[in-house]
Amino acid sequence: MVNKSSIADRGVLLKDMKISRGMRIFRVFNLVFLLLVVFLTMYPFLNIIAQSFSSEGFINAGQVNLFPMGFNTETYKVILADSAFWTNYGNTLLYTVVATAISMVLTTSFAYAIAKKELKGRSVFIGLAVFTMFFNGGLIPNYVLISSLGMRDTIWAVVLPNAISVFNLLIMKSFFENMPRELEEAASIDGLTQYGILFRVVLPLSKAIVATMVLFYAVANWNSWFQAFLYLDNPDLFPVTIYLRNMIAGVTTAGSAGGTAENVGQIAANIQSVTIVLTVLPILCVYPFVQKYFFSGVMLGSVKE
Amino acid sequence: MALSLDSTPKVVPGEKPGNPKKRRDKHGSWRVAIKRDWRLYTLLVLPLLYLLIFRYLPMVGNVIAFRQFQPGGSIFGEKWVGLKYVTLFINDPSFWQAFQNTIILGVLTLVFCFPMPIIFALMLNELRSQKFKKFVQTVAYLPHFMSVVIIAGMILQNFSMTGTVNQIAESLFGHTVNFTQDPGWFRPMYISSEVWQTMGWGAILYLAALTRVDESLYEAARIDGANRWQQTWHVTLPAIRPTIITLLILNIGTFMAVGFEKILLIYNPLNFATSDVISTYLYRVGLESSNFSYAAAIGMFESVIGLTLILSANAVSKRLAGTSLW
Repeated sequence: MVNKSSIADRGVLLKDMKISRGMRIFRVFNLVFLLLVVFLTMYPFLNIIAQSFSSEGFINAGQVNLFPMGFNTETYKVILADSAFWTNYGNTLLYTVVATAISMVLTTSFAYAIAKKELKGRSVFIGLAVFTMFFNGGLIPNYVLISSLGMRDTIWAVVLPNAISVFNLLIMKSFFENMPRELEEAASIDGLTQYGILFRVVLPLSKAIVATMVLFYAVANWNSWFQAFLYLDNPDLFPVTIYLRNMIAGVTTAGSAGGTAENVGQIAANIQSVTIVLTVLPILCVYPFVQKYFFSGVMLGSVKE
Repeated sequence: MALSLDSTPKVVPGEKPGNPKKRRDKHGSWRVAIKRDWRLYTLLVLPLLYLLIFRYLPMVGNVIAFRQFQPGGSIFGEKWVGLKYVTLFINDPSFWQAFQNTIILGVLTLVFCFPMPIIFALMLNELRSQKFKKFVQTVAYLPHFMSVVIIAGMILQNFSMTGTVNQIAESLFGHTVNFTQDPGWFRPMYISSEVWQTMGWGAILYLAALTRVDESLYEAARIDGANRWQQTWHVTLPAIRPTIITLLILNIGTFMAVGFEKILLIYNPLNFATSDVISTYLYRVGLESSNFSYAAAIGMFESVIGLTLILSANAVSKRLAGTSLW
């Protein structure tokens, strides 16, 4: 009757046990399913890469799938020679660095303070933050506020409004809460103030969580577009996501006009693919090396409910 | 809600809450607390200022839903107009169409996008090769790290007249379909892309919960003669049940905000009949046509429904399942 193995004891018990037919069929099905997931997840990326290297004729004919047809790098040359693209790319880099720095300062100091169980008023401060997860002012009051603060067409409209992610705040808070108290007690006996403890004891021991938080914020900022879309009118200030968005919006309108405009749309499809590839590239390059931090970040946050 | 946590004095047995001596102690203890922890409080100044300006001020700014607003004027509007804007949207058929679309897309998202990560996590959990498991995970998380602009670009390309989906449609049915413009195809396009985007990363919390399942429970189940399905049903699922319920509550809380940014990027006037949701409608009314007060009234309606949904989902789950967010 006992003929199934679990994950932990698989190595030991597997040899001694008969694996039922049903189980074997399930394993094959499972494997096929997961391989299909891998393929379907990768496909749109591969397709975009293939399109970016293909010539219009083949894209028009709907013949480009996994591999480039009519190899063509002209579009790459055009986009890479576009100074607006590089300006916008530089802006994305600048906004990401500044916004992530602001977010980290605010989130770390907030999380450290509210992780102190003996802090008076702690639950009020936590409540103030958590409440904003479930209720927010909404688009219009936010828009009115940012505009009246004179932040339109400045970097601040992009880097300030979403500086604290409450989700990240809670992950960091539970990390600080799990730190052994003895460390801080020893440090305070040694005469360190609460600032000293934070900077010289706690932060050096929190490199993992700090790295994870930096990654979370950096990715969010790198990818963000809506703040910029709402508040920036000057093309010299656009991040690269807006460069791409304007291209996509252009394609949809050309496509909806029908007829010859459809061709315009398809030529644009090639340009669009190139832009997508160039925007995604930094993330794709860094992703395999940093993805384990994302997972560990979520684990750290979910260990303590 | 959360604010009331600390403002109500805790009644300790043997102490009378109204006792004046106690009250003085309370003030005194604040003084002691500030004297002892002033450095911690200084750390709180900037973050609280941030919350006040960028989170709580806009909440108050919602009063423009009941006031006349002039661009460039006070952010709280000029004069009271009562329920003018509320009655305006209640009598607006475009609003109700957006409302209906929001509900339908929200329900479809819950039905299709919520269970998929659970199934995916359980199937990953059955894998015996840790290397392969890591590989599948790494690939499946990838869409989560893409900008919604890139996702939108990919959706529009894949569903375009010459895109891959149409190549498949042509070989199956002999003709192409205008997926990106036909209102009848917006929902399948939206939901399938949403599944693609969220299935992998959505599984991460379940996988985290699965690593904490006590191995001896499986052993006990096997000794009792449970087969693999029964083990999944009686051990694995109950173990991740709190995670499932927590995420369900959170999902219900964001029900009204369905994929605003993504829809804004992929919809067009030709499919408004199915694609226009409350958030995109209020975006057009408010920011493209500059009817700020009208749009604020709609936005407030949306937020209140969202808050009501999450509070009631939380209350129901607290009573029925004993799991709740707070």
